Parts: sequence; C-alpha cells; structure tokens
Amino acid sequence: MDGIWTPLLLSLKVAGWATLLNAVLGVAAAYGIARWRSSARDVVDAILTLPLVLPPTVLGYYLLVLVGRRGVFGAWLESIGITLVFTWQGAVLASTVVAFPLVLKSARAAFEGVDHQLENAARVLGVSETGIFFRVTLPLALRGIVAGVLLAFARALGEFGATLMIAGNLPGRTQTLSVAIYEAVQAGDDNTANLLVLVTSVTCVVLLVIAGRLVPPAARGLGDSYERRRFRRGPATR
Amino acid sequence: MSMHVTIRKRIVTADRQFALDIDFDSDSRRIAMFGPSGAGKSLTLRAIAGLLAPDSGRIVLNGRVLFDSETGVDVRPQERRVAYLFQDYALFPHLTVAQNIAFGLSQGWRNPARRALPPEAARWVDAFGLREIVNQYPIQISGGQKQRVALARALVAQPDIVLLDEPFSALDPALRTRMRAELRALQESLDVPMVVISHDPKDVEILGDHVLEIRDGRIHGGGRGRQHPPVYAPQQPAHAI
Repeated sequence: MDGIWTPLLLSLKVAGWATLLNAVLGVAAAYGIARWRSSARDVVDAILTLPLVLPPTVLGYYLLVLVGRRGVFGAWLESIGITLVFTWQGAVLASTVVAFPLVLKSARAAFEGVDHQLENAARVLGVSETGIFFRVTLPLALRGIVAGVLLAFARALGEFGATLMIAGNLPGRTQTLSVAIYEAVQAGDDNTANLLVLVTSVTCVVLLVIAGRLVPPAARGLGDSYERRRFRRGPATR
Repeated sequence: MSMHVTIRKRIVTADRQFALDIDFDSDSRRIAMFGPSGAGKSLTLRAIAGLLAPDSGRIVLNGRVLFDSETGVDVRPQERRVAYLFQDYALFPHLTVAQNIAFGLSQGWRNPARRALPPEAARWVDAFGLREIVNQYPIQISGGQKQRVALARALVAQPDIVLLDEPFSALDPALRTRMRAELRALQESLDVPMVVISHDPKDVEILGDHVLEIRDGRIHGGGRGRQHPPVYAPQQPAHAI
C-alpha cells in the first residue's frame, strides 16, 4: 500500500499548492485583463493561455531554461536558497504553470459577466474601488472562479510532462501519481499501475462533477442561481 | 439648490458618431430632462454623477465644483454626494433588501450583515413600507418594490441631489402611474433636489418644474431661461416654423 499512499499524498500536496498559487495569480491576472482597455490585452491573454496548448514537455523545457541550475534565473535562485530542479517545489511550479490558463479563462469570463452597472451603483454610494471588488465583483464572479480553480486542481493532479522534466522521478520525493503510474507500467507492475490509475480517475471524476455543478450551462446565467434559491425558499410575497 | 452644467463629449463607435454639447443653469429643485432615447439624457446624468468623463466642461452643484476641465478638478463619484437611480435599478442580486439599503452605510471591504438593519436604513425601510421584504432578494420582489428599494438605498447616503434615469421605464402602465404619484409626493416631502430624465411627457409634467428638452446631444431652446409652468410641446417646439 505504501507504493500508493506516498505518491498520492505528494500529488495532493503539489496540486494543493499549485491550486492555491493559481487561485491568487490566476484571479488577479483575470481581473486585470477583464478591466484592461488596450489592444495588447489579447496578445497578453494569448501568451498566458499558451500552457493550455503547448506540449507539457515544451513547458518543462522552458522552465528548465529559466529556473534550472544553469538557467537564466538559476544562479540567482540558488543564491537565495531556492532549488527547483529535482524538488517537489519544482513540481509545484510545473503544475502551476500548466493549470494557470484554466483559472484565467474561467475567472476572466466570470468577471466579464458581472454587470458594470452594479459596480457603478456601488461607486455612487461612496464605496471605494477595493470595497467594490470584495463586496460586489468578487461575490458575483465567485461561482465561475471556484469552478476554474477546481478544474485547475484536477489538471495539476494529473500533471506529468512538465513535472517529469523539472522535478524528475525520485520515489518519495518528486514521484507524483502520474509519474508513479508511468514507472509501474515500465516495471511491469500491473497491480500497482491499476490501483494508481483507479485512484486518479475517481478523484478527477469527483472534481469534474463538482465543477460542473458550480458552472451552470451557458443558457442559464447567474440570475438562475438566485431563481433556484427563490424556489427553495418558497414563492415570493408581493 | 443651484446647478451649473457645461459638458462636451464626443463619442465615436464603429457605427455611430455622437457629440454631446450640454449647457444649462438651474436653481430648480425639480429638474426634468426629456427627449427621445439616444438624445444624450443618460450621458448627461452619468457625467454629473462622475460615471462618464466629459472631454471638457464644468459641473458645479451648490457652489461645489465637481468637474472642471480647465483647473483639472474631477471629483470621484464616491465623493460627489450625488445619488443615481439606474433605469433597471441595479440592485445587488447577491444581497437582501436590507443589505442593499444599508450598502452605502458600510464603507469597508465587507457588506452589511444579513440580519442587522441600522437606524438610518430602518428609517427608509419604514418610509417606503418595505418592512415585510427586508430579508428577501431582489429577484423575489416586484418592480414597484425594486424601485422603492433603489430609492431607499440612494437616500440613505444623504445625497445632495438625486438623479433618476427613466425611473418608470421598467414598470407596467398601471404601476407607472402609481409610482409617479409616489415620487411626486416624495419630492414634496423631502428636501432633496431631483433631476428626472424621461421620454414620457406625463413624467415631465408631473415631476419637473424646470424642463430641459434634449435633442441630438443639445438642449433645445438654450436651457438658460426657466420655464414656468413647464412648457411641453413634443411635436412642435415653440419656435418651430
């Protein structure tokens, strides 16, 4: 059983950190892009979405070029005591980059779906711009954001290519679920492989079901959730 | 109450070019702007509230300069003490009626508590007969109630002036007549000046002393002279040939 628990817990730890980082960075970037009035915005959005379409090995290679020992920032990172190659922190970096566009896309759509008139209404009522973000914009965009964050968690949990490139395959240290599956299959250990595959699949299905419940299909808007709340509480008194 | 407004703004979109050139003075507490849709009424109101930056001009309310392109004054909407009643009321859908009304009372990063109703808000809840629906959400209440909630939310902040953007356009005709009378009664009982914009002559007749007719981004007939009683001739302006 130890052969399953160690990579599972490591995967959860890596995916958890990657999700936390993305929840902050992805939401901030999405808010910035949703508000930015510039023609450069589509280019920036495209660059930030690249990890969604590039092969993970290419991303892993970029990361090595940037933060590897002989990479652009490698020496500087080492001087402040950060090593990313062959460490679980490196796996976090890989998972964060790969899953980032999922949060960005969902959060941007959620922010753009918030009625500007509501923000203006808060503005004339004297509430500061920061207050408007936390009291109006964020609560109204929250469902879309949470759905994106869950997708990012599922994606980070299954990360393989970029993780292998930067963190390698050190059992107990950087060997995550998907890397462990690869090794089990290579070693002909079908029992371990079957179990690991099952655990990964079930976890991802559960996450996708939750994410799907949070984002209503396109035809139903945000108002619908309030509509549903109304029916749960009984008809309106007029 | 004194108001001076000079606004120039060019708006160029792919399919339309629009020039707003508004200039008027008023000391009336009941100003009505009327004109067809797309004439620039809402733009004018948004500029007064600080939600639209004019290219140039000057906006002075009771001696307080809110905007002056020459001296670079542009008071933020948060500090203008101008209330704005939006056409579709713009109630916060995720907050209860009580939270909506008390919204402007808490200035921090958190919304008012769900159950608490501060006295300043309670005053308007009672004045508008909203006690029974304070814990409901905007989607659960009727159009007339929404308008009362929006008015209460605007008045809680003790504004210097209330701007009403087509206040009755979202209501059916019967309710329209009732809410119009209600607003008229409110104008008489309150000491807050109001600017109402509408394309409905009835609204203008009942809610305005000083009537400004806006067409194609300009005030018809200059807007300098006061018109008492309100002169309204929708199809044939006084000086028409």
